[in-house]
Amino acid sequence: MGSPDRDSIARIFREEYGRCVSTLTRLLGDISLAEEAVAEAFLIAVEQWAELPPNPGGWITTTARRKAIDRLRRESTRDARHAEAALLNEPDDPQEVGPVRDDRLRMLFTCCHPALAAEARIALTLRILGGLQTSEIARAFLVPEPTMAQRIVRAKRKIRDAHIPYRVPRDADLPERLGGVLAVLYLIYNAGHSAASGPELNRADLCEEAVRLARLLSELMPDEPEVLGMLALLLLLEARRPSRTDSTGALVLLTDQDRSRWNRALIEEGHGLVRACLRRGAPGPYQFHAAINAVHTDAATAADTDWTQIVALYDQWMASAPTAVVALNRAVALAELAGPEVALGAVEPLDLTGYQPFWVARAELLVRAERPAEARQAFDRALALTENAVEHAHLTSRRASV
Amino acid sequence: MTQYLMTVWHPNDYLPEPDEMQQIFADVDALNTEIQAAGQWVFGGGLMPAESATVVRSVDGTVTVTDGPFLETKEMFGGFWIVELPDLDAALDLAKRATVACRIPVEVRPFQPEP
Repeated sequence: MGSPDRDSIARIFREEYGRCVSTLTRLLGDISLAEEAVAEAFLIAVEQWAELPPNPGGWITTTARRKAIDRLRRESTRDARHAEAALLNEPDDPQEVGPVRDDRLRMLFTCCHPALAAEARIALTLRILGGLQTSEIARAFLVPEPTMAQRIVRAKRKIRDAHIPYRVPRDADLPERLGGVLAVLYLIYNAGHSAASGPELNRADLCEEAVRLARLLSELMPDEPEVLGMLALLLLLEARRPSRTDSTGALVLLTDQDRSRWNRALIEEGHGLVRACLRRGAPGPYQFHAAINAVHTDAATAADTDWTQIVALYDQWMASAPTAVVALNRAVALAELAGPEVALGAVEPLDLTGYQPFWVARAELLVRAERPAEARQAFDRALALTENAVEHAHLTSRRASV
Repeated sequence: MTQYLMTVWHPNDYLPEPDEMQQIFADVDALNTEIQAAGQWVFGGGLMPAESATVVRSVDGTVTVTDGPFLETKEMFGGFWIVELPDLDAALDLAKRATVACRIPVEVRPFQPEP
């Protein structure tokens, strides 16, 4: 039999699920109903496909729509008749009838709505736009599967019951709402990248998923500089991820990383995006963050790093959107130009005592300033705030070497 | 269109200075006028303090009447609006203005749809 194997259907599921559910949600007015219809269409595909159709996503959407109509005909409520009329009359692709944007963009803004809890935004985005299984998301965030399933169900119910709108926000609200979407992507990447607790430092699937979602968002909103900044930032972090741990799984700091293991293709792509952002001249936090990572990835060796440029970028970032965390990172870069005592002077007034990287930065600066007793105290504070086993081991060995 | 209940929550001992209170009344009145002019108004008003409340309940066929609010909480709701709007974003836009006018938090909750 030449029918497509499970792997290719699984791949199509991952690629097309978000698009299909997003379109069906517009037609049906409900995410859960849309998911059910799309799941049913995939089951039919598994049974019927002798070979892959030319447009698998279109096939799934059409089939899901037909199944939804059948189902609504069996029900006879007023809402069902109303939805049936919409299903019969609406085109699959609204772009033909007016300046309507991709349904996935609507879905992204709905999943990342500020009226939903932050953890629910992340879970829903991964479930619907990432096409991940609830069990996969539960594993990635180290929570039991029923807890994650409940979180997703509750969020979908709130969207339905509170009438969270299914649309791209109007221009006046767009900067704030887009900031919310970008924050979700960054949180997904960070959850994979630094894995706040647990034995593994990286949870690669979350990192890859965040990059994939950032690529999707940049295709859907190519004129938003911060969207390009986010994609550039994630690509440049992702390029270095393989070198963040050694063969024993221990943490390797940026200075000590084997730069030949960095992914050159991702770095080139990230640098291209940073240059495109610069030409637009509308900087923002993610663009600054990306530009700083571009400088790091531009250096052939750690000693070649252009710290003057990095500090200058932090200065611009602080001038436009000052935060204590940015000030901390600026101080760490400043140490390379002005020495650890000057940097410590900039670090000490910051109100970040509950922030683990604050104590790590302080500890390392105190080591360099040859103030070992204070350095050990700072390592202790950092260790008390560290849940990740790999990072805990790293900090313990650093403390012992002082 | 969906109806939303917007409740205004304050601590039990909440008592703004008289001048501030006058300004709050003026701001809320101005907002009410706008909600009515926009055709979004269903009902609204401020409530007397929680100690003026009485609870009536039926247990095993016997109806009892007791003094005081149903829940003894540190915060209580002191007023509300019922408004009719297209979706939650519209309700949140209104609630943002309501919390500024009242100086205290506002909770937004949708009504069940008509059966």
